[in-house]
Amino acid sequence: MNSKTVEKVLFTKKVDGFFQGISSGWQFFLRFFREVFKPPYEFKEIIKQCYEVGYKSLFLITLTGFITGLVFTKQSRPSLSEFGAASWLPSLVAIAIIRALAPLVTALICAGKVGSNIGAELGSMKVTEQIDAMEVSAVNPFKFLVVSRVLATTIMIPLLMCYTGFVAMMGAYLNVHQNEMTSMTLFFQSAFDKISFLDLLSSFTKSVVYGFTIGMVGSYKGWNASNGTEGVGKAANASVVLSMFLIFIEEILLVQITNYLRT
Amino acid sequence: MDKVFTGGGQQNEIIYIRDLYKSFGDNHVLNGVNLDVFNKENVVVLGRSGTGKSVLIKIISGLLKPDRGEVKVLGEDVTALSGKRLDQLRLQIGFSFQSSALYDSMTVKENLAFPLVRHKKNLGRKEINRSVEQVLDAVGLLQTINQMPSELSGGQRKRIGIARTLILQPKIMLYDEPTSGLDPITCIEINNLINLVKDKFNTTSIIITHDLTCAKMTGDRVAMLFDGKFIKQGTFEEVFASEDERIKDFYNYNFVKESEKI
Repeated sequence: MNSKTVEKVLFTKKVDGFFQGISSGWQFFLRFFREVFKPPYEFKEIIKQCYEVGYKSLFLITLTGFITGLVFTKQSRPSLSEFGAASWLPSLVAIAIIRALAPLVTALICAGKVGSNIGAELGSMKVTEQIDAMEVSAVNPFKFLVVSRVLATTIMIPLLMCYTGFVAMMGAYLNVHQNEMTSMTLFFQSAFDKISFLDLLSSFTKSVVYGFTIGMVGSYKGWNASNGTEGVGKAANASVVLSMFLIFIEEILLVQITNYLRT
Repeated sequence: MDKVFTGGGQQNEIIYIRDLYKSFGDNHVLNGVNLDVFNKENVVVLGRSGTGKSVLIKIISGLLKPDRGEVKVLGEDVTALSGKRLDQLRLQIGFSFQSSALYDSMTVKENLAFPLVRHKKNLGRKEINRSVEQVLDAVGLLQTINQMPSELSGGQRKRIGIARTLILQPKIMLYDEPTSGLDPITCIEINNLINLVKDKFNTTSIIITHDLTCAKMTGDRVAMLFDGKFIKQGTFEEVFASEDERIKDFYNYNFVKESEKI
């Protein structure tokens, strides 16, 4: 008879499924690093994906970044004014935006917009056999679909983070200018007074990690989608939820590392 | 390559399958399949849904690994191949998917050029365009060249799917349910196209279907799959002249179904 491949349940189906998920996620992660340096390189697809991730997120990022800067400044003013420290507002806002808000807001917005898009697109390609079609035409679908998307998010999310930081600072400036009539030069001088190179480096590093996470999680969930259109919806949803969860975990770890380096 | 490979036997088998087994958990899909497909022959694999017909051609193309058995395609043992050697073999195989599997984000032209750009790097843009136009013309859909897959009808999608596989001029064509979900007139058009592909491109084909009209029109030989095994092989007339109740039921079911439709 043929060799039967009946899987034994070790604990409960859910616990087994959890560990199998971690194992297959790890294999997927390793496969990315095996494929990324191997030619041929899909440069055109990487550029196309960079456009999809970067340019098509600009409007949302502009809106959320600007509002974040504006509202944060507005909310912080009464507390600082109470202690007669309103002049510290630009540096406080700059520290908050550059160290935490810009990377986090960009990552969360992109997890929702880009992550779900990648999960749904790859999921749909999986269930409609488009990935199989690529494979039988001797084109490596992992390289074409996954590597290009992960590289695009890893490259574009740090750039979007820089842009979010700038837009948020402009929102903050608008509020400060409205209240104190501060000039732009003075605002930015005092804002960047307390910002160190380590702050910029840690922010950039965080964005690279978040971008990689969003690309990997979206691709992994889409790549492993099953059960038709229901599976596509689940893949898109799980991409967002898992990306956001991992982003917060990574935030805690990276803040600890930065604080350790600062001391 | 004009060379005719011999598989494991003495004749000119393009595809040679012996004792093929495949299970998914407790579901034994293929239970010792044997099949030879000869040069420039159209073999139709008939059987009910879920009998492992699609699994069979996915194993032939290397998309699935069998549990056990021998599968030789153009003399190469598919089960032992991986990486570049498997890709080299896949370039000789065209796979027309049941769902057509056109890339949604690309136009018809980009869909067809996709494998060419990657595998024929010596070709310039003009030559690629010419190849795309030629193959679209062959399937009678040159006018759709700049359309997106979402703008095409089911029959057009099937034809473009076939055209995409033909662009690399494969030696073997695998058709997975080429007429499913299509109206009778379009089915006949697709059947004619399968015959045209065989004559014009000199392909050897396996056609997976449960449509008897398709089997009769396109098959040089018919192989009836039941419970994971071929229970009868021969010409359409030979197979359906059988006294085997399972084959009779399948034949009658098709026509009862047709009459119910009317």
